[in-house]
Amino acid sequence: MDPTTSFWTTPVGWTLATTGAIVLVTVGVLISVAFLLLADRKIWAAVMMRKGPNVVGPFGLLQSFADMIKFVLKEIVVPAGADKAVFLLAPIITVITAFIVWAVIPFAPGWVISDLNVGILYVFAISSLGVYGIIMGGWASNSKYPFLGSLRSAAQMVSYEVSIGLVIVNVIILAGTMNLTAIVLQQQGWIWNWFAFGGGAGTWPTVLVMFPMAIIFFVSALAETNRPPFDLPEAESELVAGYQVEYSSTPYLLFMMGEYVNIIFMCAMISLLFFGGWNPGFDVSLIGLETWPEWAANLFYLVVLSLKIVFWFFMFAMVKTFVPRYRYDQLMRLGWKIFLPTSLVAVVAVSAWRVFVVGS
Amino acid sequence: MLQGIAFYLLATVAVVSALLVVTARNPVHSVLFLILAFFSSAGLFVLLGAEFLAMLLVVVYVGAVAVLFLFVVMMLDVDFVRLREGFARYLPFALVIAAVLLTEMILISLAVVNGGAAAGLDTLTPATPEASNIEVIGRVLYTDYVYIFQAAGIVLLIAMIGAIVLTLRHKPGVKRQSVATQVGRDAKTAIEIKAAVTGAGLNPEELR
Repeated sequence: MDPTTSFWTTPVGWTLATTGAIVLVTVGVLISVAFLLLADRKIWAAVMMRKGPNVVGPFGLLQSFADMIKFVLKEIVVPAGADKAVFLLAPIITVITAFIVWAVIPFAPGWVISDLNVGILYVFAISSLGVYGIIMGGWASNSKYPFLGSLRSAAQMVSYEVSIGLVIVNVIILAGTMNLTAIVLQQQGWIWNWFAFGGGAGTWPTVLVMFPMAIIFFVSALAETNRPPFDLPEAESELVAGYQVEYSSTPYLLFMMGEYVNIIFMCAMISLLFFGGWNPGFDVSLIGLETWPEWAANLFYLVVLSLKIVFWFFMFAMVKTFVPRYRYDQLMRLGWKIFLPTSLVAVVAVSAWRVFVVGS
Repeated sequence: MLQGIAFYLLATVAVVSALLVVTARNPVHSVLFLILAFFSSAGLFVLLGAEFLAMLLVVVYVGAVAVLFLFVVMMLDVDFVRLREGFARYLPFALVIAAVLLTEMILISLAVVNGGAAAGLDTLTPATPEASNIEVIGRVLYTDYVYIFQAAGIVLLIAMIGAIVLTLRHKPGVKRQSVATQVGRDAKTAIEIKAAVTGAGLNPEELR
């Protein structure tokens, strides 16, 4: 036994290694938030034939950092009559729940902070906590518009969580596990092994169900992260800015950051659950990946996953640019009357295929 | 040792927040402390190695039930003064219930410590050591107790239907969006084309 491996298995070494991994993931996510936020604005601008932010740094690349410094240096205004503790706790809860879900996201084989075997349930549990930041923020502001915005958002997020949960159940049934690493490993090889395309040999006919499920997941993810066309909690035309009207400075920045971290997380979830995760969609032995050193192979996988996340983020941004906002009753109808029954039928169909055709 | 620290931390937070649920002056704060109590008990489940139950506790209670609690409590216009009035009147009654609950809990804890009704059984340990507790729970729930489980499901379904039946009102005269009608419209049914005679001018009575 060489001294390096023995050190990393001791409690102190393990704590150091895990803390390092957490810092690495957090910083990585933060930096990608900065640039994806800029990308969001640039894509939006490009569709509207504007230039978008282009002043700070080359092509405006440093715009997000300038914004961050601006927010941090401003004064924190707490409205009179606000519940101060809850008011300041709300953005903190939003940003913490947005970051701790990343603990179970596998970036490459073995590159994961905590390889829980209830990984999907953990994701589901923590993302259901995200709604508290918004409700608490809206209520503690002691103002009408934020309160209406937060009530809307509570109903919206709870509704769409149901359909997201049922869609994920399809993937769990196909994969036979709740461990995210194992789910991605099952999608190895060619593109038809991805769960969006049925999950390969034996279960390929489920593509008829799974591809629509991937789309439902994408739309529900839009609603879950309060993105347009489902941004009714903010609805600037009727509620000014919804639950964050009274927020300024750093608390507002935290809300904003939590929102974007959640969006990127949802993009990662779509990639992991439906579109192969780190698998590039072709047999990796074609480029001789098994002869690469482990770190290089993992780096390759990380790049593949990042490209998929960026692609889905691009889709989020495009939806924001050209889909008009839903009315609230339409939103509820879509969630409860269309997505919920559809995904319920899909669960029945997929589990029937799994039991009667594939066998246990 | 680390587990001991975690246990005492979570247990303290759970007990203190449970106490604050009943003593907090603001009902919204009570619900928030209730959520904290749920969350710390989920942590205790994780320490026991029952990660599946822990996640379910968070998903079901924290993610859904408590959100609705919070929703309702925030919308209620609670009169704090009137809420305080009944305190002394209900105190003896509350003490009796608390005493009963406490005895029950002590008895249950004693039973758990001694192995309880399952003391002689070896089914408490999973059949195979590598089986995760999702698999074990699934096996017990869907094979040994499948009829009871289904019956519980039906009871919940009936409760849900009952709630809908009690609250559903069909108000006449409310305009609703009918998506099928909207989508089913085409040029023939939606618009009417009239031939206008050039140079004939407008007769207001013909326009109506």
